[in-house]
Amino acid sequence: MRKVTITVNGERQASEIEPRLLLVHYLRDVLGLTGTHVGCETSLCGACTVRLNGDAVKSCTVLAVQADGGEVTTIEGLAANGKLHALQDGFWEEHGLQCGYCTPGMIMAASQLLERNPNPSDDEIRHGLEGNLCRCTGYQHIVNAVKHAAKKLSAAR
Amino acid sequence: MASNPVIPKTIGTRVKRREDPRLITGQATYVDDLRLPGMLYLSVLRSMYAHAKLGKIDTSKAKALPGVVAVVTGADLKGKVGPVPCPAAMPELKMPEQPVLAIGKVRYVGEPVAAVVATSAYVARDALDLIEVDYDPLEAAVDVEKAAETGAPVLYDEFGDNVAFRAPVANPAVDEAFKKADRVVKLRIEQQRVIPMAMEPRGVVAQWDRGQKSLTVWSSTQIPHLLRSQLAESFKLPEIKVRVIAPEVGGGFGAKLNVYREELLVPYLSMTLGKPVKWTQARREDMAATTHGRGQVEYVELACKNDGTMTAMRCKIYADLGAYLQFFTAGIAGFTSLLMHGCYKIPAIAWETIGVFTNKMSTDAYRGAGRPEAAFMAERMADEVAAELGLDPVAVRRKNFIPKEAFPYATPGGLMFDSGDYEKSLAKALEIVGYDKLRKEQAELRKQGKYIGIGVSTYLEICGLGPSVLLPPKLKAGGWESSTVRMDPGGTVTVLTGASPHGQGQETSFAQIVSDQLGVGLDDVLVLHGDTAIVQAGVGTFGSRGTALGGTALVMALEKVKTKIKSIASHMMESPPDNLELGGGNVFLKGSPDKALPLAKVVEAAFGMKAGIPNLEPGLEATSYYEPNNCLYPFGAHIAVVEVDADTGQVKFRRYVAVDDCGNQINPMLVEGQVHGGIAQGVGQAMFEAAVYDESGQLVSGSLMDYAVPKAAMIPTLELDSTVTPTPVNPLGVKGVGEAGTIGSTPAVVNAVIDALRPLGVKTIDMPLWPEKVWRAIQAAKGGKS
Amino acid sequence: MIPAPFEYHAPTSLDDALKLLGSLGDGAKLLAGGHSLLPALKLRLQSVDHLIDIGRVASLRYVREQDGKIAIGALSTHRAIESTALVRDKCPLLAECAAQIGDVQVRNRGTIGGSLSHADPAADYPAAILALEAEIDAASAKGKRTIAAADFFVDMLTTALKPGEIVTEVRVPVLAKGTGGTYLKVPQPASGFAVVGVAALVTLDGSGQVSRARIGITGAAVKGYRALDAEKALAGKKPDAAVVKSAAALATKGVETTGDIWASSEYRAHLTQVYAERAITAALTRARG
Repeated sequence: MRKVTITVNGERQASEIEPRLLLVHYLRDVLGLTGTHVGCETSLCGACTVRLNGDAVKSCTVLAVQADGGEVTTIEGLAANGKLHALQDGFWEEHGLQCGYCTPGMIMAASQLLERNPNPSDDEIRHGLEGNLCRCTGYQHIVNAVKHAAKKLSAAR
Repeated sequence: MASNPVIPKTIGTRVKRREDPRLITGQATYVDDLRLPGMLYLSVLRSMYAHAKLGKIDTSKAKALPGVVAVVTGADLKGKVGPVPCPAAMPELKMPEQPVLAIGKVRYVGEPVAAVVATSAYVARDALDLIEVDYDPLEAAVDVEKAAETGAPVLYDEFGDNVAFRAPVANPAVDEAFKKADRVVKLRIEQQRVIPMAMEPRGVVAQWDRGQKSLTVWSSTQIPHLLRSQLAESFKLPEIKVRVIAPEVGGGFGAKLNVYREELLVPYLSMTLGKPVKWTQARREDMAATTHGRGQVEYVELACKNDGTMTAMRCKIYADLGAYLQFFTAGIAGFTSLLMHGCYKIPAIAWETIGVFTNKMSTDAYRGAGRPEAAFMAERMADEVAAELGLDPVAVRRKNFIPKEAFPYATPGGLMFDSGDYEKSLAKALEIVGYDKLRKEQAELRKQGKYIGIGVSTYLEICGLGPSVLLPPKLKAGGWESSTVRMDPGGTVTVLTGASPHGQGQETSFAQIVSDQLGVGLDDVLVLHGDTAIVQAGVGTFGSRGTALGGTALVMALEKVKTKIKSIASHMMESPPDNLELGGGNVFLKGSPDKALPLAKVVEAAFGMKAGIPNLEPGLEATSYYEPNNCLYPFGAHIAVVEVDADTGQVKFRRYVAVDDCGNQINPMLVEGQVHGGIAQGVGQAMFEAAVYDESGQLVSGSLMDYAVPKAAMIPTLELDSTVTPTPVNPLGVKGVGEAGTIGSTPAVVNAVIDALRPLGVKTIDMPLWPEKVWRAIQAAKGGKS
Repeated sequence: MIPAPFEYHAPTSLDDALKLLGSLGDGAKLLAGGHSLLPALKLRLQSVDHLIDIGRVASLRYVREQDGKIAIGALSTHRAIESTALVRDKCPLLAECAAQIGDVQVRNRGTIGGSLSHADPAADYPAAILALEAEIDAASAKGKRTIAAADFFVDMLTTALKPGEIVTEVRVPVLAKGTGGTYLKVPQPASGFAVVGVAALVTLDGSGQVSRARIGITGAAVKGYRALDAEKALAGKKPDAAVVKSAAALATKGVETTGDIWASSEYRAHLTQVYAERAITAALTRARG
């Protein structure tokens, strides 16, 4: 067992965990933050995407001990002061989700995409989300959702 | 109904989903999100062999691992739980018994062999590595055609061979037409196996209440009520002692329209151990041991005249059933044969369907379930007729369409098509894509050595299942759907639906129906589903039936509630009920919206009973069950434009246009979403996805490392439009749309690629159109071998 | 989905890491970004007694210009390499290659040292590293040595690294004017790994002749390799389309190409040649500036 301190969604969390515990299981099972989902075991589906020290990462391919001392943002921590993030709003407005299972990871990956490229083309969005699978939407409404958010964010700038 | 300025009509508008706030904030609860006090965790050991005799299974080391609570094998469960129920019934169908854990033999890679229950998921997984199993490997029957031959390795010794059923439907008129035909075109088509791959793998939590002697099961399922009935039967419990909850379900696509071994195993262990037990499927387990889709080899022949008129069609279908029969495993190919003529007026059809056991996971419903195969057959054959006669593929289609005047149309397979206007959706799609101009551009680019292809698919499907007689006779459900509408004392409305949406958005579209009919705001409507303790009897969501059936049941229940509202208001307003209408939160006199009584007052009267209305039964609630008298037949036209790199065989999309007709649309945004997702899955089958088993029966593409679910950049920008041809079958005039995209897209894409390569002499390429296959087809054609 | 248990060590200096690696021996494995190792552990294709997480060895995380070369600390992520201006401007071939690895999340975590040490035959880096004739520094408790790219990839999942060695730095050249390079890849649609990846680097002299050509290939065989025959066929030639085509046709000469469901050996060889031709052509265009 190993002691870790990880700041999750702005709150410092101290826990004693097995070194083999995956970050996604730490978030879901230790902290009860079940908004981050598990969709595969080969780091391909992206459902488990969270931000770790600013980077979008697949939390199924990070040990919780690797995040020791770090900062994690999950879907639960994205809305600030009860106000939806522009991406959450975009996904809602543009019907960017159906079953919702890929959605938290998709939104977290998209949040990095928009930080790096505030005004992406359709093609850049599609390539920028290559680490996230969706089986419901055919991606068209997801592309629209990200564009919606990009517009809203740049208007706010 | 009179329009109302306060609460606008919502049907036909793009209402934002009421499901979304919980989903976009990470607050939804899927099965794996459940945490119950004292919960134990199940992990399943699965066969690494496709076909093997099971010898000794030594579980002693696993049992000794700290944290392990129980380890069970097939022998432990025999006579206690199982077999897995299967309602399939066909003449002379061979029905194997499917144990919960393998007994005697394993018959596919991924078949459950043993199970561990432990205090944590990590320990349960560790224990699997400590179970020792003696396997005596046998030769596997993998290829469906070879498996049907005598001398193939046999899965069930008691059956003698692997042919589960043979369903020949001969038709002398067909033989006659083929004799008289000017031309006959033939194709061998492989409908490769694909993996449904809902983003949420399956999962089950069970909790046995010792005091109540009742069982609660949470399952990632499309059919909570059906599962409850089957569990009650399996565990010999009255249905009132079984509650099934389908919480948030992360996609199904037909693969969660079943009762699986784990859905018996988890409850059994919870009942035995007296603690809640959870099982969450890992992705690789999902890919190996959740039903697959498609899996057919078809030999198709079409007779036609020199002018392109189709006169008869016949096919022989080998259906790759896999090792066991799940709910609809044996029935899927039936849809294919019934609809093989697509939207064409072909007077005579005949078929032979051969269901074959193979050492693979069972096939069953997957988005479209038999209809994508049918549409693919019809649409590929239409193109072959065009190529054979040197006609434009569009012209061949137009020549053979069932004309819109012909509806209702009795098909040669015995179905009754409700409504259709195939020319209309085709014309619209051609206009959007700019077909004539595209053909010119294609000719120009060909001269420059560029291979552009235009693929047209004018598909048709059957959905909204449907009259109960069409479902397997032993299935513990019919083809109906149910709804309850309950007005609450505060004026809000609770809807209970037997449909069990898992992404389709009926919490929104059903609220729209209620809002429009009762004149209450969307925020005042709550749609509940997926819990057998809350919802009256129901069937589930599959086969594009949710809105057509569940929506109609809702309308029927609403009618009853409205009648009561009007009858109460009639007393209060002193006007006959027929003179009253609902809207804008009021009951008002027809033609005089100003003479209105707030609906809230009526509700108050119904619940408060202080208005002194004689003989009034308190409450405002009604339940309806809707049994349709026919299926529904949506259709549409999809056009794919591709460019093939002849040096590598790589295919790139240039355009994708789809015009679908699902009748009236409650919420066009949701309709679009369904079509988009369907297209992506259809494109996936055409271009990327294949459950590849090698000769020994190993699932080579058994993880996302080798199974290519399309990523965003692999799907083109989708240009959508629609036509509206309402169905007369239900009062909403709606057909289904959940599967339409999948059905229309696959042939459009394949036709496009073949169209691109037609000048080189390429006639057919088996799906998925992986670059190497395309390249080889080009090489073979160049060498004159195609 | 769940790795077997292991002991975990998180040294913060290279010395400590080397000491641990030396003392723990065969049962120990290094964890850098974890994007090759963790999936293998989760699928239990691999198990370890001791995991030495070198992710906290900050001294291995840098990208800088040094003695006319670009020195890249082994813990630099693919993302760092793809986005650092120094690499983009002075060795765009490597930045292009890094940008095509896996996906965004993978590039955020995966490291060049980890990827090279794992030596997946379908990884992207080998093509670029070989074409660039990179130098790879490896350290052990006994000292430090430099391994030439050409000597680094030994076999499938096997490198020239000896037990106890850690990759510490990768050095690539600053590309001079007249030199052009590119990395072209056929991604396997599911995994994103390279079905075939070709890195071409060419230098033109004043008269427009090829003075130097380096072609690195990945995905095609059990390990990355240099297409030496193709390089020779270009050297000293005026590279018109015919020259490029015939050189590219030599890209798999003497190489046993591998086969899987995505590409048979025959098709993979063909694809390698087609992509070699395209990569050389693109590199030449850049070299001409």
